[in-house]
Amino acid sequence: MSTALLLLITGIGLGAIYFLVASGLSLIYGLMGVLNFAHGVFLSLGAFLGYEVATRMGTSTWGGFAVSLLVGALAGAVFAALTERFLVQRLYERHIEQVLVTVGLALATVALFDGIWGTDPRFITGPGWMETTTRVAGANVPNDRFVAIIVAALVLLAIVLFLRRTRYGMIIRAGVENRSMVTALGIDVRNAFTLVFTIGGAAAGLGGVLASHYFGYVSPLLGQTLLIFAFIVTVIGGLGSLLGAAVASVVVAVLQQFANYYLWGTGDLAVVVLLAVVLLTRPSGLLGRK
Amino acid sequence: MTEQTPAPVGATTGSSAAPVLVVRDLRAHVAGQQVVEHVDLEVAATGVTALLGRNGVGKTSTIKAVMGLIGRSGTIELAGRDISALPTHRVAQLGVGYVPEDREVFSGLTVTENLRLAERKGGEHRYDLVYELFPELKERGQQAAGTLSGGQQQMVSLARALLNDNRVLLVDEPTKGLAPRLVQEVGRVLTRAAEVVPVLLVEQNLQVVRDLTSRVVVLTDGRSVHHGPAADFLDDPAATQRLLGVHGGTDPAGAV
Amino acid sequence: MRATLTRYALPVVLVVLLTGLPLLDLSLPGVLPGPTYTPGSLHLMALAMVMAALALSYHLLFGVAGLLSFGHALYFGFGAYALGILMRELELGLVPAALLVLAAGVALATLLGAVSLRVTGIPFAMVTLAFAQAGSVLVRRDPGRVTGGEEGLRLPTEHVPDWLVGVADTRNVYWLALAALVFTFAVVTWVQHSRAGHVAEAVRENELRVRVLGMRPFLVKLAIFVAASVIAVGMGMVHLILNSGAVPHAVSADLTISLLLMVVLGGVGSRWGAVLGAVVYVLLSQRLAVLAQSPAISDLPPVLRIPLSEPLFILGAIFVLVVLFLPGGLAGLGVRLRGARRTRGAQAPTPGSLVAEDETT
Ligand SMILES: Nc1ncnc2c1ncn2[C@@H]1O[C@H](COP(=O)(O)OP(=O)(O)OP(=O)(O)O)[C@@H](O)[C@H]1O
Ligand SMILES: [Mg+2]
Repeated sequence: MSTALLLLITGIGLGAIYFLVASGLSLIYGLMGVLNFAHGVFLSLGAFLGYEVATRMGTSTWGGFAVSLLVGALAGAVFAALTERFLVQRLYERHIEQVLVTVGLALATVALFDGIWGTDPRFITGPGWMETTTRVAGANVPNDRFVAIIVAALVLLAIVLFLRRTRYGMIIRAGVENRSMVTALGIDVRNAFTLVFTIGGAAAGLGGVLASHYFGYVSPLLGQTLLIFAFIVTVIGGLGSLLGAAVASVVVAVLQQFANYYLWGTGDLAVVVLLAVVLLTRPSGLLGRK
Repeated sequence: MTEQTPAPVGATTGSSAAPVLVVRDLRAHVAGQQVVEHVDLEVAATGVTALLGRNGVGKTSTIKAVMGLIGRSGTIELAGRDISALPTHRVAQLGVGYVPEDREVFSGLTVTENLRLAERKGGEHRYDLVYELFPELKERGQQAAGTLSGGQQQMVSLARALLNDNRVLLVDEPTKGLAPRLVQEVGRVLTRAAEVVPVLLVEQNLQVVRDLTSRVVVLTDGRSVHHGPAADFLDDPAATQRLLGVHGGTDPAGAV
Repeated sequence: MRATLTRYALPVVLVVLLTGLPLLDLSLPGVLPGPTYTPGSLHLMALAMVMAALALSYHLLFGVAGLLSFGHALYFGFGAYALGILMRELELGLVPAALLVLAAGVALATLLGAVSLRVTGIPFAMVTLAFAQAGSVLVRRDPGRVTGGEEGLRLPTEHVPDWLVGVADTRNVYWLALAALVFTFAVVTWVQHSRAGHVAEAVRENELRVRVLGMRPFLVKLAIFVAASVIAVGMGMVHLILNSGAVPHAVSADLTISLLLMVVLGGVGSRWGAVLGAVVYVLLSQRLAVLAQSPAISDLPPVLRIPLSEPLFILGAIFVLVVLFLPGGLAGLGVRLRGARRTRGAQAPTPGSLVAEDETT
């Protein structure tokens, strides 16, 4: 029982990280039709810069942790905005080329990170409390899980409020539904494009810092590995659906944890099987349109 | 107000003022396929100009090409300014209102949000007119547009275009799929709209065309093949039969 | 007349030349590590040819059918691993094992293709990626100790004919790779000119229209998918022999991305482009890795040294530049240069967008 609870909470914590990557991916795809392969790079950059700041300020301090979150989000946001403006937007409406350009960018930047930080993982610890566990109904749950869950929930709330309450949010929601009609109302959607990249990049950067604490290390491949699960999450949740991404993140991560523990380490396979089942029964995903 | 109100039907047929929209040798393609071959048309400065033709001749494509929603070439002049190279949002900002064939309201947004999204910067927003014409939209402001009936969605779509101070409206089959009572309602709204802004109207219901329009342009296979006063065309059974496959507008069969 | 000459004579001359290379003593400093008859050079050239054949199969998917797959490496890796495992575990000879693997490859590709093709465009890319990832995880996890995990799998040489295994026999493997490339080129050409190939191209341009004409785009796409996958399975097997083993990279998304890079670099939609792109890619990544160790680079200040000593950084950057500024790739560049020469400065035909757009939403 306590094992199941531990797996559940750990799974939700992992799901929180998936969500931070998948939310941006899903919004970007929903609005622009772009599959952003560089999204993992936003995450890795956030993780590395967060790591650099934290080691300078003291990894065990809450201040260092807070600033590393901030720096991670900022780094992801800035890099994402630049990517959109200078690479993706040049290929306006040419979806395949847009994918290719993000593939090339991911390839080049991962190699660059290899060159700068080396291919070996860099281990990181957080403030003392995050390294310890809390007893929940008999299960010893690592505290960093709670932090990841709280941050992801806040990000979800912030994005939802932004989408519901602001004009740009309205443009994005409308654009995900029918982009050409938005332009026919006289709205230049390209600003919204840059905006979703920026938001997605910030969330991914945050996810990078949290992932480095969840897994205990940073490496150039961290982002690429998480990206693949985030892709699966976005397909299962329904491309373009933020809530779908949230639900699917948790479902996928929890399934993965349970299958890893109870089904001889087959978590990754279980996820792919789930993907196949969803595709066969609901090709547009759990909360996708159509 | 009374003097400058253009009479939509018959009247001086817009020859007094320069046309607001002039399209010359328009070509357009969708998915690598040419769907508009050679279209010339003018939208009179006042009243309603109808764009007619059988199913699939390229009426919708012509309108989309003017909006820049599909690839196009040729000249498109809006009040003397060539807009044929402009992106869609610029075309709209210059004062082209668009009411698409299948309404295309944002179903996940509320009615109010649909209207707020349509508000263009730097102009007046005619909420008075919109709520006068469609009082229902005020009552249903908080309802998701996707849950509205077809007729109500059409009202939202028309309202979005009427909200701004446009130079011309492009209205694509606004009565499609509506009950007869609603068809009349839409006709009434368009009559009222045409008092403030010239309209290019695609319409299958020839009774509506007869009631509203002064001039017609007829397409066949992506080409414009007939231009002229509406009444002359609709009263010529041979022409309507040949170009539209139906008898003139007074025939009830044509008015379905 | 000239067209026929270049179409038929040139490839024949090229193949004859390539066949004779192991018997010649040619040096291409900067491109090959040594004279053409040395095992090192033969190995590199054979690798380039295997990759060229693999890129051709990817061209069939992406260039012909417009299917952007991120999981093509799965089939390549399957060929390599399955052949090695079958020979070792069942003690089968090379030929029967290879036939079994091909049959299994057809089944695997049909099954996974049928599921993935339920979606199109970008979702298809994601789904193929996910399946390949599952394969990659499987290989790395090494269930039942059959794949060798991160270490990789060694070619069970005792089941392979002697003339294919020794270092001195590299030229035999070279000829095997050449034969595989020529065969693949012929098959791909044939598929492209077949009815399925034409329909696939039509589907890429306008799926709706093909549907209206009463054809089933799904089956045609599946056929192309299976054909491309089976070629990849075959190349995986040749690669196993060439490298005397297989490593998890053979199943990775990175490999598929390299294929994409080769095809785009060469020019999407062009068979010769795919071959050229693969050869350039293989030689370049080899040379760049060597260059990274040279004093010319290692003495540079870090801002230059770090990026320049990462071959993948340079290749990724080249790729981005090609996508942005050279839509037709190397093949398109050739066409443009020739066009410019013929029309003597008159407007050269500008290649359109890189690939036909899939349904814009
Ligand atoms: N997405 C598309 N792909 C391929 N062909 C298309 C597409 N959209 C339209 N067409 C073709 O373009 C032609 C013109 O279509 P269009 O919608 O402009 O005609 P229309 O006159 O508006 O017809 P209707 O009266 O049915 O609304 C048709 O033959 C149609 O088949
Ligand atoms: Mg139409």
